[in-house]
Amino acid sequence: MVTVSHYLTLAAILFSLAVAGIFINRKNVILLLMCIELMLLAVNFNFIAFSRLWGDTLGQVFVFFILTVAAAEAAIGLAILVVLFRNTRSINVESLAQLRE
Amino acid sequence: MIPTVLFYLFSAVLIGAAVGVITSRNPVYSALYLVLAFVQSAALWLLLEAEFLAIVLVLVYVGAVMVLFLFVVMMLDINVEEMREGFTRYVWIGAAVAVGVVAEVWYVLAWRSEGFSAVPDALPADYSSATELGAVLYTEHLYAFEIAALILLVAIVAAITLTMRKREGLKVQDISAQVAVRREDRVRLEHVEATKE
Repeated sequence: MVTVSHYLTLAAILFSLAVAGIFINRKNVILLLMCIELMLLAVNFNFIAFSRLWGDTLGQVFVFFILTVAAAEAAIGLAILVVLFRNTRSINVESLAQLRE
Repeated sequence: MIPTVLFYLFSAVLIGAAVGVITSRNPVYSALYLVLAFVQSAALWLLLEAEFLAIVLVLVYVGAVMVLFLFVVMMLDINVEEMREGFTRYVWIGAAVAVGVVAEVWYVLAWRSEGFSAVPDALPADYSSATELGAVLYTEHLYAFEIAALILLVAIVAAITLTMRKREGLKVQDISAQVAVRREDRVRLEHVEATKE
């Protein structure tokens, strides 16, 4: 039978894959944004599983707001990415060093 | 029995899609794998009887956010080889971190938790997660709901102002200048002497 800890383990695997993705794609801003989306998805899994376990709708309300904020974050992040590409002709994280110089 | 089989099927595809997201050579493939991951998650949320959120995930993420990602990925001219630089060097660190996180969470779930191995009771057949969510969302969490709407508005304004660009030499109408113009600015009366032969 599928228990709550099955879902929690799945969310943990998903989250750790996203963390690994941030490490191995640390130059590509688009991939970093996608990995953040994956992390938020894993967190949402935990919220829904616990909401189901304790029969409390609050967890689903939280997921609703996380989805809203993640959509806003993706929109602003991609807008910043477009501006970055327009200025440096690249989306390499290492080209984001203007403040250091 | 069938839910168990479905859970393992969807989970396997979800994890495979997540691996595809982080290892694809081309960002377009990563975005498409992410779409697959979201669809599988929506199916798993259906198994958790959160149908409203599953549909919202498909509509908002697959329908809007991932289309935005794909637009941006295809609009930019990305040098894939430069982006892959350092991939093999960091893949071991990434794998070590991933294994570490999984081991920690597994330790918590297996040895430090009580009751997570419960199988949730099936909800009654007339249960509607949209109704339940709406009943608390518009009453107890009304302020949070309105703040979420405000966040979306700020996101729209921010995205548009960030990406709007002023180009030099563009001929555009200035409506206020056109309306504010007066007769003296445009019409000049010249006294022309009549000439005699």
